[in-house]
Order: sequence, then C-alpha cells, then structure tokens
Amino acid sequence: MTDLDRRLLALLQDGLPLVAAPYGALAQRLGISEAEVCERLRRLQAEGVISRFGLVVRHHELGYRANAMVVWDVPDTEVREAGRRLAALDFVTLCYRRPRRLPRWPYNLFCMVHGLDRDEVLAQVAQAARQAGLEQVRREVLFSTRRFKQRGARYGSTAEARDRAQVA
Amino acid sequence: MSKALDSTDRAILNALQGGFPIADRPFAIAAAELGLTEPDLIARLRSLLDDGVATRFGPLFNAEAMGGALTLAAISVPEERFEEVAALVNAHPEVAHNYRRCHAFNMWFVVACERPEQVRRVLEEIERESGLPIIDLPKEEEFFLELKLTA
Repeated sequence: MTDLDRRLLALLQDGLPLVAAPYGALAQRLGISEAEVCERLRRLQAEGVISRFGLVVRHHELGYRANAMVVWDVPDTEVREAGRRLAALDFVTLCYRRPRRLPRWPYNLFCMVHGLDRDEVLAQVAQAARQAGLEQVRREVLFSTRRFKQRGARYGSTAEARDRAQVA
Repeated sequence: MSKALDSTDRAILNALQGGFPIADRPFAIAAAELGLTEPDLIARLRSLLDDGVATRFGPLFNAEAMGGALTLAAISVPEERFEEVAALVNAHPEVAHNYRRCHAFNMWFVVACERPEQVRRVLEEIERESGLPIIDLPKEEEFFLELKLTA
C-alpha cells in the first residue's frame, strides 16, 4: 500500500460519499483524477484490502431478533469439509475454523446463524447438523443476549460487521 | 426503531450488501438494475443509514491484508462483575464489538489492530485490568459464503 492508498482509505472510513459522483468527490480531495481513484480502488479490491463493498446492515433492525454463534468440535481431518458444507447453507452468515483451547475450550469450528426467534435458529442448527454431516459431533449454541458495542468497520473489517443478511 | 421497510428498501438491502460499481456514476448503474432513478437510490440509502437499518455504506477493509490483525476473545465473567468488566473491555478502542452470550464464557469480543503485536498487548491489558483469563481464538481459516441474493 502506498501513502496515497492510505489517504484514500482514510477518506473512506466513514463510508462512500452519497453523491452522484462519489469517486470524483474523493479525487478532488486527494488532488488526483477520478480515473486514478477508481483504478486504485479496483486494485485494492483485487488485493483483498477491500474485502467487500456495499451496505452493512443491522440484523436486529431487520427483524432478525435471534442470533447464535454455533460451535462444533470436529475431528481435524474433517473440519475443512464440514466448514465448506456449513458455509453453503443459506442461513449461515459466517464460518471460521479457530483453535481449540483445551481443556477450557474444545471447539474448532464456528458459524453464525441468524433467525427471527430462537426456535427458528435452533431448527436451523439441527438442519445444519444434518446437512453438514455433523449430527454426531459435539456442539453448543451460544445465543447473544446483549450487544454492548458495535462500531462500523474502521481500519479492519470485523467478523460480524461482514455478515450479510437476506431480507425477505 | 426504524419505520417499516417497503419492497424497494428490501430490494436495495438485498442487492447492495455484496457489491457496488466502481465507475463515474455508480449510483446510476446500481439504480438502473433496481428500476430506480439515481437521486431516488441516493435518498433511500441516506434514510436507511439515518434510520439505523444500515450502519455503513462503502468499502470494508480487511485488517490482515492491510498488515493488521484481529482476533475473537472470550472471558468467563462472574455475574456480579459483568457490568464492571464490560465497561473496562469496551473502553479499549481496539475492541470492535462485544456480545453477551448464554454460556460459561459469557463475554465475546473482537479486537482489531493495525499491527499484529498490538492484539496480544490489548488482551494482556484486559487480563491485567480484569484479573480474568482470556481465551484467544484467532481465525485459522475462513469458509467463504456463496453470494446470497433474494430476487
């Protein structure tokens, strides 16, 4: 990343300007051409520095009142295949492999499930276990009861900020 | 709480979570695909943000690709200390979000930093301030989702 890339990203911390020519507006502030802004953004996207471009929604405000982090203790040789199967399900919005921390924490596969209420989430978790071949695997469902802090992704996208929600 | 969403709002929310054009008039392109006018789409986006249905519109940055780092951390907090510990955790600007969950590990938060060594330092500070051990669960692999759009 160049110094100019950093200045461009700093201008985008609060989001894209809501004007007809947003990249032109950024270009003006940086003293470069609109074409150069677009080219830099495309490159940053290709390099993965920009992981996603668009709206970040609040699940709760959309009626998804229940969210759970579901954790699974999957044998290491099977975790990649299980992760791919979970990620393919409609109602799974994030899926990661993380380390176990034995003896306190035995789970190595994490996914997020959102639903209108807890019953719906639990039904989806049961369905996920069936479809991902994880019915025999130990799991726990950790419902969230309170959100203390959720800032927009500033420098660094963060897990739940990257969630997508389907709006029926 | 926001006002009720109409079908146009829903179409915008579904279409614009996954991508946005990089072009001289991007709102015009996105609006055409939604059957809207450019000023209409801009006004709708502004009210989705003002009403709190969406928290942000624009690029999301990947901390790791920028040389930064993040982790998911959990603490098992005694019930009578929950508010106190939540306040000291949330006081760290590197804590991006913090959720209470129903489990022996009842506090779950993400720490995002511009440099990898800062993550360890923030976790150590929180352990010292709270006197409670943290489990540090950095991502080892991400399983990517298919783009999910409702028509």
